[in-house]
Amino acid sequence: LVANEGELSELMRAGLRGDAVAYRTLLSRLSANLRAYYRGRLARIGRSATEAEDLTQEALMAIHMRRHTYDPSAPLIPWVHAIARYKLIDHLRQTYASMTNLPIENAEDILAQNDHVGTESVYDLKKLMDQLPDKMRGAIQSVKLDGLSVAEAASRSGMSESDVKISVHRGLKALMTSVARKRSA
Amino acid sequence: MKTDDLIDLLSTNVEPVDHRQIVRNVGRAIAAGAAVAMAIVSFVLGPRADLSSFAILVPALLKVAITVVVLLPASIYLIKLARPGGEHRMPALLVAAPFVAVILLAALSLTFAPNYHWSGAVLSDEWLECVISIPLIAIVPFAVIVWVVRQMAPTDLPRTGAFVGLVVGCVSAIGYAVHCADDSVPFFALWYGGTIALCTFTGWKLGPKLLRW
Repeated sequence: LVANEGELSELMRAGLRGDAVAYRTLLSRLSANLRAYYRGRLARIGRSATEAEDLTQEALMAIHMRRHTYDPSAPLIPWVHAIARYKLIDHLRQTYASMTNLPIENAEDILAQNDHVGTESVYDLKKLMDQLPDKMRGAIQSVKLDGLSVAEAASRSGMSESDVKISVHRGLKALMTSVARKRSA
Repeated sequence: MKTDDLIDLLSTNVEPVDHRQIVRNVGRAIAAGAAVAMAIVSFVLGPRADLSSFAILVPALLKVAITVVVLLPASIYLIKLARPGGEHRMPALLVAAPFVAVILLAALSLTFAPNYHWSGAVLSDEWLECVISIPLIAIVPFAVIVWVVRQMAPTDLPRTGAFVGLVVGCVSAIGYAVHCADDSVPFFALWYGGTIALCTFTGWKLGPKLLRW
């Protein structure tokens, strides 16, 4: 299954409008590309598949948290590639690896290969969630894990709807931050 | 954690987002920065005397106008840089064009001025105040714009930092022009241009630290 620019950016535009099904399809397509990309780049410098999976997940989180920076009139692939490469360079810089073996790339390289066989990353969602304040953890649990609508989650927890939305957003942001901190530790 | 679990987490009940938010936020930050710069100049330094007179108002407005000509493309470019991969989407040299124009103008006016006027045109009493004031006025707008750009996702941090510096330098210079009483073109080119370039350089140096995400 070779994903193409038009199809992917259409999924992204639908995702930005709040279409969860399209967005889910997009993320799982991209995850296969990202995994192959990171495995290829990291294998070259002798790094493990787990590390590639960590980076894949970080890139997915970055794509999600920064999705408002995608300009729907522009192609999606260069945007994804820029994020993927930024996260790779940032990762290598923090792990003190030499960056001299990092070749110049074209944006299309991100689509060059697919890898659907994921391993587990070192991040433990349950542990990360436990570090969150109760309000954020509760909101993420209901809206993102149990799949309740924002309205249902609001009435279950006694918070207002906008409070639930804000807690979900802040909670995901906090999860991302603790993932980044865990890596550099 | 399995990647599929993460994808479930991220995509379940995904909130719609507004992609125009970036342009709006950067625009607001620049406007807020300009307002702060104006306020500092008006209340701390004080506007120059006789701003109501035509002979004073025109050169003051001219300085503002030229700086705006630099500010506008720099702002547009900054918005592009705030998006991942934006650095590949526009030639940066375009932004240098207004600088080159002002420097040529300054060179021309120096050529036509007699030699003994040169030091007066370039080194009037105001140059030190200009060099100190513009970067100082720029501090608060710089913090505001950095804060906004941090919510986005620049992937070329030194360059994005440089453009934050350039935008902030211009905003600050526009504020300072309300106070500054020296209207000679060589003065403007050297000291305004120089301090704006200094702000740009500072942003370039600080970008990788401040804008990392």
